Amino acid sequence: MGHDLLSQNYNPVTRNSQPILRDQRNINLLFTALGGLVLLFIIAPLAGLFFSTSPGNIIETSADPEVQRSIWLTLITSMAATLCFAIAAIPLAYLLAKRNFRFKRLVLGIIDLPIVIPHSAAGIAILGFISRDSAVGQLASMFGLNLVGHPIGISLAMAFVSIPFLMNAARDGFANVPIRLEKAALNLGASPLRVFFTISLPLARRNIISGLIMMFARGMSEFGAVIIVAYHPMITPVLIYERFGAFGLKYARPVSVIFIVVALIFFIALRLLSKENKNAGNQKNN
Amino acid sequence: MLEIKKITKIYKEFAIKDFSINVEKGDYFMILGVSGAGKSLLLELIAGLIKPDSGTIVFEGEDITNKNIHHRKIGLLFQDYAIFPHLSVKDNIAYPLRLKKLSSAERNKRVLEYAEKVSISHLIHRDPSTLSGGELQRVALARILAMEPDCLLLDEPLSSLDVQLKEGLRTLLRKLNREGLTIIHITHDFEETISLANRLAVIHDGTIVQQGTPKEVFQYPGNEFVAKMTGIKNFFKTKLIKEPPGNNVTALINENIKINLLSEEQNCEGHILIRRRDIIISESKLQSSACNNFEGIITETIPQNTGIEVIINIGVEFFVLLTELSFEELKLGEGKKVWISFKASSVRFIKN
Repeated sequence: MGHDLLSQNYNPVTRNSQPILRDQRNINLLFTALGGLVLLFIIAPLAGLFFSTSPGNIIETSADPEVQRSIWLTLITSMAATLCFAIAAIPLAYLLAKRNFRFKRLVLGIIDLPIVIPHSAAGIAILGFISRDSAVGQLASMFGLNLVGHPIGISLAMAFVSIPFLMNAARDGFANVPIRLEKAALNLGASPLRVFFTISLPLARRNIISGLIMMFARGMSEFGAVIIVAYHPMITPVLIYERFGAFGLKYARPVSVIFIVVALIFFIALRLLSKENKNAGNQKNN
Repeated sequence: MLEIKKITKIYKEFAIKDFSINVEKGDYFMILGVSGAGKSLLLELIAGLIKPDSGTIVFEGEDITNKNIHHRKIGLLFQDYAIFPHLSVKDNIAYPLRLKKLSSAERNKRVLEYAEKVSISHLIHRDPSTLSGGELQRVALARILAMEPDCLLLDEPLSSLDVQLKEGLRTLLRKLNREGLTIIHITHDFEETISLANRLAVIHDGTIVQQGTPKEVFQYPGNEFVAKMTGIKNFFKTKLIKEPPGNNVTALINENIKINLLSEEQNCEGHILIRRRDIIISESKLQSSACNNFEGIITETIPQNTGIEVIINIGVEFFVLLTELSFEELKLGEGKKVWISFKASSVRFIKN
């Protein structure tokens, strides 16, 4: 449909007025050039990073137990943060999409808050929230846990900065589920909870999966909030920073390359997964 | 069985006001109205999708006005079918069955039964996105039947179907009703009403303007709106038969009145319609091309805005509309014997 619209708009231009066509072409050229610069800006530093690191160096670094530990820690803490918070965040996203209530706009604002506050400040806030003299910290110490410098603390810091990505995607997904389908399911005798699990959730799954990926990826790459809550055990972004500070650029590069590759592998794999779902969803919606 | 008492629901654009109907068990109750009269809103109120501002809905003796949708057992066939796009046809039909504690073998058996009932057994494994509108509607119908509703609500189910599908669905709905299912069906099409309803209500501007049997409402419309809405007064239940010489098809009313018509159908039941203005009244039998000629007695004459309506009994009552001038020239009056004639081509047949 988008294509039709485009060609409809375009045809009169090509047929009737050459000057407009030329202007159009110039604008396209200008915009392409500007966009190219942006793409180059993203690709060039990354490419530089890859080309200036020798394969031998990368292989050597990837065998380093400290690097391996930190990558596993990063993946697991981010995954745990995503999955644990999803259980509570998805129902809230449903409420925000489907119900009207007082202070809804306030709630929406609160959800977006972690995006706008500096992540080091978020780290400080989280630290206060989980330190030994806070209620949460005291509760944890009853179980013999110190959340500061603990993987759980890292997960909390990651969740804090990444939860808006899941919330917003899931909310969009639920908002797109036609209310008639939910009402039809109720009419067939299903309870509201059943309707949520059998109709709303499956139909919003594309957006939810994409939200989960975004939250996972964002949590995995978090540095500012995590370093304040836990320098040790070291997640990979912190390890990269530490190697850079202690040994310089040359030693920070191989870890960066390895971590980027791992992140990309996960990102692409999950993206493909959600694309499959998307295609299936599109077919069924047509 | 279903009693709607003075239901009111007001929206900015339109409203239902003081709406009351009483539907008996086994009724095929039709609600006839032009679009925008609030018909769909009414069904949503009965099904519980929306709550009324005032009034009560009593179902099987229980006040269900504030009962939750999922406890009502009143099935609503949505106009856009509301098929779940992420489930196969089979899983759509199985949806209400999963709420019951059935073994999966039993559930599959029932899905097949309901699919069979609406003639879609061959589509059972298909993805809904590959089905046509008429097929989707049947899936929706099978799914609703699977919930075993006490009452079925239909929202203009025939309006989007082509002629052939219409006939099939009409037959199916009539069959379901005969099997004991109470049906409330909204429509804007009075022909549909004639062929299906045993009782009906005409709705206009959110209120009921008349209700009763099709004969009561169509032949004796209570006001101008109903008269215009319904339009045709001469309609008769009939059987089409083949007559031996030349195999002409004739419509038989009450086993003794034979009406000639042009129809490709034969040996089936239905209704015939003849417009009031297509009938000619004369003092003696006319020599003309009209091949339907009957002698009868004028039982009533009713002056109207446009001309005079004359009711003539020829064994069944025919309504004829003529100008005052013709009325006076022929010296018509109650009790007078006259002939009526109309062409076979002015008879319309609606198959059951």
